[in-house]
Amino acid sequence: MSKQQKERESLFSPRYRKLIRNPLSIENPITVQVLGICSALAVTTKLKPAFVMALSVTVVVALANVVISLLRNGIPPRIRIIVQLTVVAALVILVDQVLKAFVYDVSKQLSVFVGLIITNCILMGRLEAFAMANKPWPAFLDGIGNGLGYSWILIALGFFRELFGNGTLWGYRIIPQSFYEAGYSNNGLLILPPAALILVGTIIWIQRSRNRSLIEEY
Amino acid sequence: MSNSYIFRYAAIMVILVAVILSSAAMILKPLQDKNIAISKMRGILEACNLQPTAEDAVPMYETYIAREVVIDPRGEEISIYDMKSKQFITGNTRAFDVNLKIQLKRKAAGEDYILPLYMYINQNDTLLVIPVQGRGLWGPIYGNIALKTDRNTIGGARFFHDKETPGLGAEIDQHWFSDQFKGKQIFDENGKFISVRPIKGGVGKLPENQRIHGVDAISGGTITSNGLGNMIEDVMGIYVVYLTK
Repeated sequence: MSKQQKERESLFSPRYRKLIRNPLSIENPITVQVLGICSALAVTTKLKPAFVMALSVTVVVALANVVISLLRNGIPPRIRIIVQLTVVAALVILVDQVLKAFVYDVSKQLSVFVGLIITNCILMGRLEAFAMANKPWPAFLDGIGNGLGYSWILIALGFFRELFGNGTLWGYRIIPQSFYEAGYSNNGLLILPPAALILVGTIIWIQRSRNRSLIEEY
Repeated sequence: MSNSYIFRYAAIMVILVAVILSSAAMILKPLQDKNIAISKMRGILEACNLQPTAEDAVPMYETYIAREVVIDPRGEEISIYDMKSKQFITGNTRAFDVNLKIQLKRKAAGEDYILPLYMYINQNDTLLVIPVQGRGLWGPIYGNIALKTDRNTIGGARFFHDKETPGLGAEIDQHWFSDQFKGKQIFDENGKFISVRPIKGGVGKLPENQRIHGVDAISGGTITSNGLGNMIEDVMGIYVVYLTK
């Protein structure tokens, strides 16, 4: 009994909390690990697909981390990447099938990006770097943490790109018509891929100027 | 770890994943098919300027789509399904079950084909809904165009896509874009088929008397816009023989 209680307490021990907290800032998958940049460019022209993508990646990376962590002692090292890829692909297809059956409208939004989830470097990166060497619970937390770290960057990009590139947020008009009549116009660059790179670069810059320990030494 | 272990591991994993995925696909298929049918109905109703939700799409469809018509290449009505009595007046093919994509392929291959049509009747509004199907930049685009009783003026239109670029080509599924088609005409004053197409730089670039055949294209979505223009011209062009009868 006492042992069980001890284990339950440790579920959110400082070490485990760090697994969630660190990927949000000092170990952020996009700005520090520089993983998953490709999808960050592709899906952030609007807030809604960015949000759906962020949610799906979080779910898939958490589940894949758990599955790989459970299998970690049986996986033959020589084919471990193939095993990881199979697990990720199977999970993504499963998620897509479930979405199609129960929330068809969302799946229509998502369908473009399913392929991108399978190839998302964050997944392989976390499976290889963390889940292969850790127990299921910390692997799950690590997945959630990295998913959220990826999410907030995507949502921030989607916010700025949709607001200034389209004048809308979540499809609703934010910048009033009178602004356009007064000569304001949307910034077309923001809906093109380079804008995402510039914005990610800006976030990296702000983050590193506030936390100098992240700056690489040359 | 021995090679035989690796082989056994891989084989078992592949079979396991295959079983899980195919059973999931089989179990969820009926639900997915229902969703696809509902979304098709919503597309048809939205072209008639209604706003059905996933829940009321089926009753709305059965109320307002009075007839489903199937025509042959000569524009003859070979099958008419009456929605109220749920019976065929002639023929035995429901337009709703006709896959336009397959029929367009058959036409391109020089084979015999049939085309679907939907008759929308509301108190003081009668529209002829023509489904269209074509190619955008990344994949298929499709939609429905509703013609008024003069079989020339567009009363409503809605377009959809599978994977056009969000914010650019994907804008074709927005109401601001499809609403532009209302009041446009597909034939000129001499009865010649012109179609309606998105104009790069805006419909204002056309001469005054041509503007009835154009809408504003999407900036940054030129290829999708052109694909949409071609889709309307190509598919509506096949229906011309029926429309001018």
